[in-house]
Amino acid sequence: MNSLLLWFHRTGSPPNFDRFAARWAPWCFGLAIVLMLPGLWGALFEVPTDYKQGDSFRILYIHVPAAWSAMFIFVAMALQAFIALVWRIKACETLAVACAPVGAAFAAITLITGSIWGRPTWGTWWEWDPRLTSMLVMFFLYLGVIALHNALEDRRAAARAACFLALVGVINVPIVHFSVHWWNSLHQGETINLTGGESQMHASMLWPLVLTTLATKFWFVGSLLQRARVLNLENESAQPWARELATGGR
Amino acid sequence: MTTAPPDGVPVSYRRVAAAQARRDLALVWARRGQALQPLLFAVMVASLFPLALGAEPGKLAPLAAGITWVCVLLSGLLGLEALYRSDAVDGSLEQMLLSPAPLALLVAVRIAVHWVTSAAPVVLAAPLLAEMLQLEARLLGVLMASLLLGTPLLSLIGAVVAALTVGAGRSGILLPLLAMPLYVPVLVFGAGSVAAAAQGLEHVGALMLLAGALAIGLVLGPLAAAAALRISHS
Repeated sequence: MNSLLLWFHRTGSPPNFDRFAARWAPWCFGLAIVLMLPGLWGALFEVPTDYKQGDSFRILYIHVPAAWSAMFIFVAMALQAFIALVWRIKACETLAVACAPVGAAFAAITLITGSIWGRPTWGTWWEWDPRLTSMLVMFFLYLGVIALHNALEDRRAAARAACFLALVGVINVPIVHFSVHWWNSLHQGETINLTGGESQMHASMLWPLVLTTLATKFWFVGSLLQRARVLNLENESAQPWARELATGGR
Repeated sequence: MTTAPPDGVPVSYRRVAAAQARRDLALVWARRGQALQPLLFAVMVASLFPLALGAEPGKLAPLAAGITWVCVLLSGLLGLEALYRSDAVDGSLEQMLLSPAPLALLVAVRIAVHWVTSAAPVVLAAPLLAEMLQLEARLLGVLMASLLLGTPLLSLIGAVVAALTVGAGRSGILLPLLAMPLYVPVLVFGAGSVAAAAQGLEHVGALMLLAGALAIGLVLGPLAAAAALRISHS
């Protein structure tokens, strides 16, 4: 067995995973804050005002990283779910389930900041644009995974069912995106193209986006480890090591 | 095709499927009053729209196809829980899981019976719904085609989700909540094809996509539902 595989299996065992998560989660949160603060500073004060949208565009530095994270986390969740279902690795089940609340939060941030941004620029809180609609459906799918995980009595079955739903969902998300694209193209809508400004973004506007994007990724990993650790401890609550940890060795 | 179970007696897939279909149909027949409830539900929901929106001539017509589609979709959600519920309660589901015949085959038969007994009557009643909502007569053909292609797909997707929630006891509203995001593409293409036809646009493409999705769904749906049943009922 090569060393990487060995490391993988070792870290996957519940007590080792607990130690691993406890060790790295604070680092991830710390890095996220260290990156987020200058990123936000840059977004709010350093970056020049947009000639068309004025200052309202500054919400982009929250909105876009959150949207990317919401999508990224969905793929990460499905990947973990796939591994969990195929190779029956318990740690991956826990990780996949722990992804869902973080992803749901990022999707919610995306939708909320998007509609706050849409009000001054589009003149409406909500537009049935393909991107908005598919993000909304993705948000619902996240909530579905969480709800299903909570609904089943047997913890192992609940985690595996939630994993299965995540897999079905990840197939669904591109189909939804494609279908609403097709659907909206019927109506010759006057939706503003979100991608228009992004590809031609000036370098002076780009660097805070890079920082906040990295920050959200680190925040996700930290939050994932923290949540997975809690789930892991709950799953293993009958084990002596978990009890010892919970009672502080008393 | 046949497989030999451990005790050596071969099982004919066709006979197993026929037996399962007979049993499921007999169960539906025993509660035939209940089988018509989705149809009644769809008609009632459709009659709420004119009451809520007002029934001036020409007001409902542009919405008719969409409303009909939503009514059909919602009535399908209503019966979804019944797909495995009674079997899970009386233990037949365990027998299905333990059966030497492939679970996917049994589930496929179950879904087919479910579609024929609950969705097909609603589809057959769709002209009535369309008439209630003043759909233009020339669009009825497209609406029927989209429903005939779309509702089996809804049943197949619903069967996967219902299989996941079978262990959740009386899940109530959970099942519709999980199923609806997955229904979105079917609804978009189903209702969208009629909307395209209404605007004089090309609508065959959407129907083709639905047909293609149905072909994939017919293969993968029962397999996925069987896998989901094994997960949630293990």
